[in-house]
Amino acid sequence: MRRALLLLGAAALALFPLVGGAFYLQLLAKIMLMAVFAMSLDLLMGFTGLVSLGHAAFFGIGAYALYLLSPEYDAADFWVSAPIAISAATLAALAIGVLVLRTSGVYFIMATLAFAQMFFYFATGSKLLGGSDGVSINVRPNPAILGWTPFDLGNRVQFYYVALAAMLATYLLLRMVLRSLFGHAIQGIRASEQRMRALGYPVFRYKLAAFAIAGALAGLAGYLSAAQYGSVNPEFFGWQMSGTVLMMVILGGIGTLYGPILGAFGLTLLQELLTELTKHWLLPMGVFIILAVLLLPQGIGGLGLAWRSPRPEPVDD
Amino acid sequence: MTEPVLRTETLSKRFGGLAAVSDVALDLRHGEVHAVIGPNGAGKTTLINLLSGDLAPSSGSILFEGREIAGLAADRIARLGIARSFQRTTIFRDFSAFENCRLAAQARLPTSMRFVRPALSQRAVSDAARRVLALVGLEAAAERRASALSHGEQRQLEIAMTLATKPKVLLLDEPLAGMGAEESRHIVALIAALAERHAVLLVEHDMDAVFSIARRLTVMVNGRVLESGTPEAIRESAAVQEAYLGGAEPQP
Repeated sequence: MRRALLLLGAAALALFPLVGGAFYLQLLAKIMLMAVFAMSLDLLMGFTGLVSLGHAAFFGIGAYALYLLSPEYDAADFWVSAPIAISAATLAALAIGVLVLRTSGVYFIMATLAFAQMFFYFATGSKLLGGSDGVSINVRPNPAILGWTPFDLGNRVQFYYVALAAMLATYLLLRMVLRSLFGHAIQGIRASEQRMRALGYPVFRYKLAAFAIAGALAGLAGYLSAAQYGSVNPEFFGWQMSGTVLMMVILGGIGTLYGPILGAFGLTLLQELLTELTKHWLLPMGVFIILAVLLLPQGIGGLGLAWRSPRPEPVDD
Repeated sequence: MTEPVLRTETLSKRFGGLAAVSDVALDLRHGEVHAVIGPNGAGKTTLINLLSGDLAPSSGSILFEGREIAGLAADRIARLGIARSFQRTTIFRDFSAFENCRLAAQARLPTSMRFVRPALSQRAVSDAARRVLALVGLEAAAERRASALSHGEQRQLEIAMTLATKPKVLLLDEPLAGMGAEESRHIVALIAALAERHAVLLVEHDMDAVFSIARRLTVMVNGRVLESGTPEAIRESAAVQEAYLGGAEPQP
């Protein structure tokens, strides 16, 4: 049942460009990149038990890396710049992880937030990174291989499919990881860190690896987001960004992989709808989120659907 | 007599001004149950925490197979072959009984930094999990969620998990606490059987159980070893009678 619904959703998204207008193509592409970002956070929150309020740090690093790798009036090579951007986010996650993973609970939340804010203020004050106005990427990265161009990131429809591919690939990758020995180990850590340590697991290393994987995927999402709009600003690092993606995870259903996807769609579409209706959209948005948290403790993914049964095994898809 | 597997010398743990464990010398041999008894606050659980690495000793040494392990992290000590159960049942409550034991057996692998192959396709790990479940008599409950098991079954599950790591030393912290008579008998028989192939350190308040399976007893009072010896010697020791068995009210 779940698999059927997921396939149906993927098929609908794949066919959408046949009917959707330019505005909605762009909006859905943005949502799918946020879904990548949200899934990466859920690897930490929902599966390793690490609630981060600074996940935007890695999103922003992926985005600014593309800017730094792009020549001013020429395209960056996609196959060079994307791996470098993802590596930069991964390395940053390793370095920050070594420090913040020594804390836990609310201290971990504050430490992650503090690091992301450091990046935010650095970007705001840095001439190289364009200060608070941000920077423009004038030419989209070029994915040409020996003269052959498999896709064009400047084309709305093709970008849409790149975003869809990124979302599906992230989903499948994380599903594989969660079913592996590593995936079971981190879910054991979430369930009882003390028991894992007593069994002989070097808990810190597994948390750090999870933090690095989450950072890498957030970097990918940031890179593609920068490529989509051709502009990057300090808000990419902002706590609102971290908070939004955290909300997507909670709203969609923490501890599942489809939850963050549903959350990304739900939250962004709701925001679009409310901004159409009123300029005071934050008020109904806040009411909605409070109601959602009260009425749907398992998120949209748990919306009275029988297939979201409690999970006796640390396997998930 | 065989060499002790685990031996402590002048082992001490102070919390600020409080000496929770003072100058404890203790040895544990393969094939025996060595019980540590004493009133609440005697330092028995602290002693287990020191041996398992959950606490670092303030001074003294812990030798495992002749090697100094005092101060090593808990996970290192566990991988050396010293497994423990907790006074307060510590299991993965939301996972099935099988997955609890499977994760424990997985800890035996050199590393779990493996990201591709499904964990459940690792046949040897799953088989080891089923074996320990059968050993404690929980094979029928394998697919049940751990939180849905009875208190006694959860205690059994925790022992099964420690066994899945194939330890040489078992540190059991009040395995019979809160158990009914029937469940207790079952666990006592299990511990007696395990002692044939492990060195077992047993902290327990149930004196009938302790005197029936322990080959040696150590009595602790206020963090110190009051007396150590065979059950007969302990039963007849005037000091123990005074401090614990006779004079003071024995623990329920």
